[in-house]
Amino acid sequence: MNLHLTRRYRFSASHRLHSAQLGEEENKRVYGKCNNPYGHGHNYVVEVAVSGPVDPATGMITNLSDLDAFVDREVIEPFDHKYLNEEVAEFHGHVPTTENLCIEIFNRLREFPRAKLQRVRVEETGNNSFEYMGESAGSGQ
Amino acid sequence: MVYLTRKIEFSASHLYHNPAFSAEENRRVFGKCNNPHGHGHNYVLEVTVAGDPDPATGMVLDLKELKDILQREVTDRMDHRFLNYEVPELSGRIPTCENIATVIWNLLESKITQGHLHRVRLYETPDLFVDCYGNGTGDAR
Repeated sequence: MNLHLTRRYRFSASHRLHSAQLGEEENKRVYGKCNNPYGHGHNYVVEVAVSGPVDPATGMITNLSDLDAFVDREVIEPFDHKYLNEEVAEFHGHVPTTENLCIEIFNRLREFPRAKLQRVRVEETGNNSFEYMGESAGSGQ
Repeated sequence: MVYLTRKIEFSASHLYHNPAFSAEENRRVFGKCNNPHGHGHNYVLEVTVAGDPDPATGMVLDLKELKDILQREVTDRMDHRFLNYEVPELSGRIPTCENIATVIWNLLESKITQGHLHRVRLYETPDLFVDCYGNGTGDAR
């Protein structure tokens, strides 16, 4: 039986979209308001989907307390109420668009030991969301 | 191929308890979900059927028929029930979201004769859901 379990998490953070590879005017043109110099914030929602066999003794793919603790340690604690550009080392010199954020969250969670990470979906707002399934997946979706 | 999804809701109670575990082990593994009198959720079920529209009707399947199947197989069986004691398909299994979604898949799969069952998505809360694809991969085909 092919089962995927998905859990939703939330964190709030600020970011500024600015590429060192573009000039000042070009940054303004490409990123618009998102290039404003002091950044701005979002209430991000992160959906984490994992798969694996169901343990007959527990009825679970993974104990949610294990998944929650892992996501809390790897993503929520380091990102919540932070300025992503400055306070998350991976975004030094790397634009923290939600595309890049989604990939970064996937990479931080891929070693979850209790189940296979299938998908990370990040909602930047209720109207924008991004999904990443790793490099080898997603082509058939 | 078109994917048609119908949503229903039902409310039910459950508890997690494995008789092979000691009281302490049950408490450690299942936490609050092991409270002896159980607790409940408003479950939301999304059932997705894949198929090509019948040229004569323009429909993958008659929604009224799907509605009746869901009423008979799921709502009548599970709504306002204590899942551990009142749903025989779950007896001897921990009624986790994973196991309930699997039972629902097994109840529905053979009843859907126009198109085929593609996915059963069961929300236990808005922040936790399980997708069951039977033995399929979940890829759009």
